[in-house]
Amino acid sequence: MRKVLMAAVAGAMAAGAPAMAQETLKVGFVATFSGPNAALGEHLLQGFQVGVDHAGGKLGGLPTEILKEDDQLKPDVGVQVVRKLIDRDRVNVVAGVVFSNVMMAIHKPLTESKTPMISANAGPSPIAGKLCSPYFFAASWQNDQSHEAVGQHLQTKGVKRVYLMAPNYQAGRDGLAGFKRYFKGEVLGEVYTAVNQPDYSAELAQVRAAKPEAVYVFYPGGMGVNFVKQYAQAGLNKDFPLYSAFTVDASTLPAQGEAAVGTFTAAFWTADLDNAASKRFVADYRKKYGSTPSTFAAQAYDAARLLDAAIRGAGGKVSDREALAAAIKTAKFESVRGPFRFNTNNFPIHNFYLVETVKAADGSLEQVNRGVVFKDHADSYVGDCAMK
Amino acid sequence: MDPILLLTQALNGLQLGVMLFLMAAGLTLVFGIMGLINLAHGSLYMAGAYAMAAVFAWSGSFLAGLAAAVAAAALLGVAIEMAALRLLYRRDHLDQVLATFGLILFFNELARIIWGPAAIFVTVPAALSHTVEILPGAPYPAYRLVVIAAGVAVAAGLYLLIARTRLGMLIRAGASNRTMVSALGVDIGRLYTAVFALGAGLAALAGAMAGPILSVEPGMGEPVLILTLVVIVVGGIGSIRGAFAAALLIGFVDTIGRAFLPALLRDLLAPSAANAVGPALASMLIYLTMAVVLAIRPQGLFAARTG
Repeated sequence: MRKVLMAAVAGAMAAGAPAMAQETLKVGFVATFSGPNAALGEHLLQGFQVGVDHAGGKLGGLPTEILKEDDQLKPDVGVQVVRKLIDRDRVNVVAGVVFSNVMMAIHKPLTESKTPMISANAGPSPIAGKLCSPYFFAASWQNDQSHEAVGQHLQTKGVKRVYLMAPNYQAGRDGLAGFKRYFKGEVLGEVYTAVNQPDYSAELAQVRAAKPEAVYVFYPGGMGVNFVKQYAQAGLNKDFPLYSAFTVDASTLPAQGEAAVGTFTAAFWTADLDNAASKRFVADYRKKYGSTPSTFAAQAYDAARLLDAAIRGAGGKVSDREALAAAIKTAKFESVRGPFRFNTNNFPIHNFYLVETVKAADGSLEQVNRGVVFKDHADSYVGDCAMK
Repeated sequence: MDPILLLTQALNGLQLGVMLFLMAAGLTLVFGIMGLINLAHGSLYMAGAYAMAAVFAWSGSFLAGLAAAVAAAALLGVAIEMAALRLLYRRDHLDQVLATFGLILFFNELARIIWGPAAIFVTVPAALSHTVEILPGAPYPAYRLVVIAAGVAVAAGLYLLIARTRLGMLIRAGASNRTMVSALGVDIGRLYTAVFALGAGLAALAGAMAGPILSVEPGMGEPVLILTLVVIVVGGIGSIRGAFAAALLIGFVDTIGRAFLPALLRDLLAPSAANAVGPALASMLIYLTMAVVLAIRPQGLFAARTG
C-alpha cells in the first residue's frame, strides 16, 4: 500500500516536473458585477467558467488563473482596474466587458500595452471601424448586428410601416440607425425618450394612434422591464407586434414575465440551436448552474474556447503578446453559434436568427429560434478599419 | 387633433399627477412642518414597492400587498425618524441633505442585499389586467384607471384629514408656525413622528401601486424623487393644496410635452434637428415650468407660511 502511494507521488511529481518550466496563464476578467446590471457580469463569468472547465481547468493546457474585476459600469473605474491588471498583475489577456462605454474607455490602455482583449459582449462601432486593433477581438458581435437583423427580418416579411423607439443616447441612436440600414419601409415615428424614463404611457398612446404594422424598440435593462410590461398592459401587444433588441433577454425576462411572450428579437445564438458544441455547452451549463444559459453566457463560453484554441496554436507561449494575438486571429474552435470566422477587423462573420419569446408547456418562459435572418453576416464598419 | 388621443393623454397626465401627489404630500409636510429636507423619501417609495411585491407574491392578494406596504413603510418611517432624522432637525439644510442622501445609499444597498440587483417580477392583479374602452376605439389599462381613482380618493381623504380633524389642525398650525404650536403645549415630537409616518405611508402607497407598472429594483425611488421635488417647489413648500395643484400641473405638462412636442417640432424644423431637439426639450419642459412659476411667484403656487 505504502509502495503504491510512493509510486503515485513520484508519478505525480514526474508529471508535474515539466509544468514547472511551463508558463501560467493569467486572465483578467473585467465585467459589471455590481449595480442593477450585475447579473450580466455573472452570466459572462459563468459562461467563461464552463469554457475553462471544458479545457480541463487549463486553457491551452496551461495552469489558468482568472482575476475577476468589477468595472461598476463606470468607464473610469474600468480604466483603473485594467491598468492594475496590466501593470501589477501582468495578465496575459483580458476578457469580458458588458458595456460599450466601458469598452471604449479601456480600449486605449489595452491596445497601447499590446494586451490582447477578447470581448465577451460589448462591440462598439468605433472599435470595429477606425479604432480597430490587432489586439482586440470580439467573441460576441458588433453592436449594430442585432438591430440590423430585426430590420432585415421585417423587410423580408414585407412589413411596410413601423414605429421606432429608443432611449435618447448614443447607443439608442446607433441602434435605430442600424435597424434602418436594412429596413426600407416607412418609419411612422422615431421617438427618443429620456434615459431611465420609468413611464411610457404618453409615448404608447402615440403608438396606438399611429397604427403601425410593427413596433421596434431598444430598451436595455430596467427600461426594458418597464417598457415591455406597460406595452402589454396597454393591450398594444395584441394589435401591434413588438420587436426589440437587447430588451428581452435572460436578465430582464424574469421581471417581464408573460408580458414578453410573443415578442421577437434577433440573436447570433439560442439555447435550442442544433450543433454539437452548443448542445454540450447548454447541458454542462445547466448541470453546473441549474438554468438555461443566456446569450451572455454563450458569448463568454466562446471567448474561453477561442482563447483555449489560440494558446494551443501559439504553442503555450502566452508571454509573447504579439504571437498570442496572431494566434487568436487564426484560432480554429467550435463556436456554439456554428460557423464562426473573424473579419479583417477581428469581429465575427456569423449567422443571425429570429428569436421569439414563448411560454413553454411547463409554464416557464423560453426564447426559441425561429430561423435564419442573416447568413454569414459581416458588420457595417469593417470598411473603416485599416487592417487588411 | 385626434380627440381620442387627447383624452388618453389627459388620463395619462392625470395618472402621473396623482402618483406624484401621493409622493409630494408627505414630502411637503415634512419639509413644511419640520423644516427637514428628506431625500430618503424615494427610499420609502421603493420600500413600499418591495413590500408589496413580497406580500403579493406570498399571499396572492394585491390588497394585502398594498396594506402591508403602507404599514411596513409607516413603521420604517417612524424608525428612521426616531433613529436618524431627530438628530437633524436643528442642523442646517446641507447637513440634512448629506445625511438623507446617505440614507438613500444605505437603503438601495439593503434592497440589493435582500432582493438582489436585478428587477423583481410584479404583475397587475388578474382582475385588472384587461383594458377598458373609455370611448369606442380608445382602450385604456384598467389598472391605471384604478390608480387614478385611488389617488383621487386618497387626495380627498387627506383633504378631510387636514381640514376637519384635530391632527389636521395641528399639521396646519405646525406648517405656518411651529414655534407657536410647541409653545401652546402640543407635544411637537409626537406630531413630527405622526406626520413622518403619514408621509411614509403615502409614499409607500405610491410605490406599491407603481410596482406592477414599473420595474421594482434598487434605486427606483430616485427618478420619482426628482419629479416630486419639482412638484413641492412649484406648489409651495408645506402646502397640501399646492402639492395637489402642482402634481397635476407637472403630470400634465410632462405627459403632453412628451406626447406632442416632438411631433410639433417635426412640423417646424428639419427632421434631423427636430429629432435632436425634441426629446431634450420634452424632458426639460417641467423644469422650464418650474422656472416660470418661480419667476412669477417665488414662494410657489400656494405658500403655506405667510410672512
